[in-house]
Amino acid sequence: MDYLTQIKQMIELIKQPWPWYVAGPLIGLAVPLLLLLGNKSFGISSTLRHLCAACFPADIPFFKYNWKKEIWNLFLVLGMLIGSALSVSVLKNPNPIQVNSKLVTFLAEYGITYYSSLLPIDIMNWNALLTLKGIILMIGGGFMVGFGTRYAGGCTSGHSIMGLSNLQLPSLIATCAFMIGGLVMTNFLLAYILSL
Amino acid sequence: MQTTQKNTDFEVKSLDTTSNDEIAMQTKWWHNLKYLIAGIGLGIVFVKGEIISWFRIQEMFRFQSFHMYGVIGSAVIVGAISVWLIKRFKVKTFQGEPITFYPKQFNKGQIFGGLIFGCGWAMTGACPGPLFAQLGTGAGFVIITIISAVAGTWTYGYFREKLPH
Repeated sequence: MDYLTQIKQMIELIKQPWPWYVAGPLIGLAVPLLLLLGNKSFGISSTLRHLCAACFPADIPFFKYNWKKEIWNLFLVLGMLIGSALSVSVLKNPNPIQVNSKLVTFLAEYGITYYSSLLPIDIMNWNALLTLKGIILMIGGGFMVGFGTRYAGGCTSGHSIMGLSNLQLPSLIATCAFMIGGLVMTNFLLAYILSL
Repeated sequence: MQTTQKNTDFEVKSLDTTSNDEIAMQTKWWHNLKYLIAGIGLGIVFVKGEIISWFRIQEMFRFQSFHMYGVIGSAVIVGAISVWLIKRFKVKTFQGEPITFYPKQFNKGQIFGGLIFGCGWAMTGACPGPLFAQLGTGAGFVIITIISAVAGTWTYGYFREKLPH
């Protein structure tokens, strides 16, 4: 087999969805990488705070700090945006996402049948921003992400990955709270929102 | 109101310290390009590992798939071993400064905020990093969700002193 065929096969393999035992350890490596690159703690939700501090500090003490010292974090999320754009162009997986059949049955009841995007495009799109369901899920959900992460002092990366890696008890408590909030929303409240 | 602990943020290290690298960065912006590259790598993993998929998050909270638990669990194991090695061998940064950790204390915000974020995570299918990655996949409307998240953070900052911590 010549090299060209081998490279092609490799690219085809990379285009497939990556299993958890590949994706997880790679994300975990972000912890030592950022520490080694410049003594940085992995944590992404704080970028939202830096955006507030940079754009609308409004004399609020919480936003009065030197956000320029944390500008690395904004470069990190800009990179994420570029990386994901590369993934859906150069490394695009041609097949729809494989989802548990119970979930497929449940979502079909609410008109969610399109699986070729990472988001449920049937209910999340520009036009859906004019529907009650869309406003609650996209605008309400986004607001809760921004408010909740800062209230908790971190998000999945800052608490669940960086905090737990550093064996921080508050991060374990926060992670449990994330899970409880998500479980309640998904299993008890979401059906009501989807039926609006 | 918080009296014992001023910086409740687990993620904003510069509030606790001033490291050499941060001083360097204020003068040379291109020092930040290494974080851009790290971010590109993470963005690729987020999409290819499908962890920014709304559907994967739904499966996770319904216990219908092991995928997300495997991702977060193995990430924590790799992260924890790395942190342990860094502490054990007093590893320094590439610039030669000692790597520092700032332990944080418990406050009620981790519970209340955590519950609120958990709900938002289930609704949007994304935590903050994945929100940016979702936008990168070409789902332009996610910019509205991000703006809303910034507004949520601002609202927290505005009411912070009145909230139980």
